[in-house]
Amino acid sequence: MGVNALKKLTATLVSALALTAASSGAFAAENGKFRLGIVTFLSGGAAGPFGVPSVNGAKVLVDALNEGKVPAPYGLKGINGLEIETVVIDENGGTTKQVEEFRNLAERQKVDAVIGYISSGDCLAVSPVAEELGVPTVFFDCGTSRLFEENKNPKYVFRTGPDAVIDNISAARYLIDTGRKVDSIAGVNQNYSWGQDSWADFKATMLALKPGTKVAAEQFPKLFQGQYGAEISALSVAKPDVVHSSFWGGDMEALVLQGSARGLFDGRTGILTTGESGLDRFKGQAPNGLIIGARGPFGALQPKTPLSEWFTKAYNAKTELFPTYPTSKMAQAILGLKAAAEKGAGKPGVMPTKDQILAGFKGLTYESVAGKVEMSRAGGHQALQDITYGEYQFDKKSGKASLANLKTYSGECVMPPDNMVAQEWIKAGFPGAKCN
Amino acid sequence: MTTLIAILIDGLTYSSWLFLVAAGLTIIYGVMRILNMAHGSFYAIGAYCGASLVGWYFTGAEGSPYWSYLLLVLAAVASGLLVGLVIEQGLLRFLYRQNEILMVIVTYALLLILEDVTKLVFGVDPYFTYQPYSLLGRTEISGLAFSNYDLMLVAVSVVVGAVAWAVLNRTHKGKLLRAVIHDREISVAMGVNVRAMFAATFVVGSVLGALAGALTAPAISVSPGIGVEVIVLAFAVVVVGGLGSIEGAIVGSLMVGLSRAAAVHLAPEIELFVIYGVMSLVLAVRPQGLFGRALARKI
Repeated sequence: MGVNALKKLTATLVSALALTAASSGAFAAENGKFRLGIVTFLSGGAAGPFGVPSVNGAKVLVDALNEGKVPAPYGLKGINGLEIETVVIDENGGTTKQVEEFRNLAERQKVDAVIGYISSGDCLAVSPVAEELGVPTVFFDCGTSRLFEENKNPKYVFRTGPDAVIDNISAARYLIDTGRKVDSIAGVNQNYSWGQDSWADFKATMLALKPGTKVAAEQFPKLFQGQYGAEISALSVAKPDVVHSSFWGGDMEALVLQGSARGLFDGRTGILTTGESGLDRFKGQAPNGLIIGARGPFGALQPKTPLSEWFTKAYNAKTELFPTYPTSKMAQAILGLKAAAEKGAGKPGVMPTKDQILAGFKGLTYESVAGKVEMSRAGGHQALQDITYGEYQFDKKSGKASLANLKTYSGECVMPPDNMVAQEWIKAGFPGAKCN
Repeated sequence: MTTLIAILIDGLTYSSWLFLVAAGLTIIYGVMRILNMAHGSFYAIGAYCGASLVGWYFTGAEGSPYWSYLLLVLAAVASGLLVGLVIEQGLLRFLYRQNEILMVIVTYALLLILEDVTKLVFGVDPYFTYQPYSLLGRTEISGLAFSNYDLMLVAVSVVVGAVAWAVLNRTHKGKLLRAVIHDREISVAMGVNVRAMFAATFVVGSVLGALAGALTAPAISVSPGIGVEVIVLAFAVVVVGGLGSIEGAIVGSLMVGLSRAAAVHLAPEIELFVIYGVMSLVLAVRPQGLFGRALARKI
C-alpha cells in the first residue's frame, strides 16, 4: 500500500469515527433517556480516595434509581420516570482539559445535566462555561469559597456540597467545645489554595474564639510530597497543643503513618479535616482520640435515616465497602438533581426542561443520604448543611475503627452569610451565627 | 541544639531516600547517555510490587513479620529485572544510535505508557502497607523521636552507594564500564561488548529504581502518580551532582536533602524554592554539575 493510499484510508477512518461520534451524540439526546455527565477523578492521586468512591457511589445510586429501588421520596424510576444514562469523564488533566471536556459534554454528548468536579480549580474554570453554554451543572465536592464570590448571579450552576470554610470553623469549634488544651496550635497543610485557605480559616477561627492562642508552627509541604520527616520534626520541636491538617488522600495517610510512628500525636490533639476517608484504612496506625471530619455529615458521619441506611447497605452489597464522604456527596448531588427535576416537571415520563430543572433546584430543600439539604445560600444555588466531627477509635480485638464523641454543628453556625467572605466573618466574630 | 540535630537527621534521611531514587538514573545516564524519564515508573512499579507482596504476606501468610523486609527487596529485584529487561531488549537496543533528545522523548513516552499499565495492573486505590514501617519502632535522639525504618534507609543507601562505588572502581567489570563511560567507540575497538554492558547497566538502573520504590512503599500510601512526582526530584539531584556520576549523586542528595531540611525548620515558606535554588546556584557556577566532566565536542 502506498503512502497516499494509507493517508486516504486514515482520513476515511477518522471521518467515519467523527461521524459515528457525532451521530451517537445526537441519537442519545433523542432517545428518551436523561443523559447525565459525571466528571470525577479516574486517574491521578485523587482517584483512589475520592474519584473512584464517588463514581462507584454514582453507579450504585443510578442503577437503583433506574430500577426504582430507592426508598421514598425517590421511588419514581430514574429522573421523572426517564432512565438515567451516564457519560463518565476523567477529571484528571488540568483546567484547560476540563473546560474542553465540558464543552464536549454539552455540545457533542448533548447531556441534560452535569454532576462533578472535586478540584476547586476545575469548578472555578467550568462555572463560567456552564453559564455560557446553559447546562444545569451540579458541583458535588469542590469547596472553594470563591465559586459564588466570582459567579455572583448564578443561573445554571449549583453546589450541593458545603463550602470548605465550614470544615475549619467547625474543627476549631469542636476543639474548644470538647475542652481540649489549645494554648498553641500548629498546622501542616498542602502548599496550594486548598491547604493555605484551610489553615487561614482554622487559624483565624482559633484566634477569634480563643484570643491569645499561640501559632507555634506553620508547614506547607508540596502536594503529593509523600515524605514528611522534616515537617514532623519541625512540628515536634514547636511542641504545639494541637496539630491541624487538611491533607487528603495518600498524603493524609502518609502523614498519619509517619507522624504516629514518631509520636507526633502523643500528648497533643491531632485534627484532620478530611480524615474520614481513611477511617477504614488506618488499621490502628492512627492514634485513638485523633479528631476527624468528613467535610459535612458524610460517609461514616452521616446521620442514621432510612435513606442513609439503605444507601450504606446498597453500596456495601455492590462494592463490599462502606461509603466514604466522596461517595455520600456524589449521591447527595444526584438526589438533588432528581428532586429538582421532578419538582418542576410535568407528569412522569416527560423530559423536564432546563428551566424546570433550574426553577426546581433554586432554594430547594431535600432529603439526601446525609440528612437534610437546604439550597439556601448564594441565591438558592449553594447548599447549607450540618457538619459533624468525631474522634477516631480503633478496637484492636475486632480490628475495626469507629467514631466517638460526635458533635454536629448546624450550617447556620459555621457558614458565613452571603454578603460576607469567610475571613471577614470570622474576624468580625461570626455575626448572625446560630449555634446551639 | 534540638533544631540543629533535627536538621541533620532529617537531612540525612531525606538525602538517603533521594540517593536511592537518583542512583539508578545517574548510572544509566553515565553509561548509556540516556536521560531515562521512565525511571519514575520503575520507582512506582517497585513500590506497587513491594506493597502488594508485603500486603499479601501480612494478610495471607504465616511467618515472622521481619521476613517482610526481604520480600520488599525481592519484589524490587524481580520487578526491576523484568521491566528493565523487557524495555532494554524490546525497545531501547534498537535506538542506541539515535541522539539523546530523541531518547528523552522515547523514555518520556515509556513513562506515560507505564503509568497507565501500572493503573491497569494495580488499580487506582492506594496501597497502605504500613507493617514494615511501624514494626521497627522509634529511637529518641535529643528529645525527638525518629522512625527506625527511616534510619535503616540511611544505612541501606550507604550500602548501595558503597557497592556501586566498589563495583565501578575495584572490579574488572567496573573498569570496563568506566572505559565505556569514558569513550564508547574506543571501548568497542578494544573488544568490550558494549551492548551487553548497556543491557546490564539498564537492568541494574531499573532494579535500583524499583528498590527505591519498594523501600519507600511502607512509609507512604502508594497511589497513581508517585513515579512522576519523584522523577523531578531525582533529576534535580543528578543535575546538581553531575549527570552520570555516583559521587555526584551522593553529594547532590546531601546538598538537596540538608538544604531542604534546614528550610523546613528555619524558613518553611522557602522550602519549595530551596531545592531548585540549590540546583540553579550549582548550574550557574558549574553548568556540568559538581562532578560532571566538561566534554570536548567531537566534530
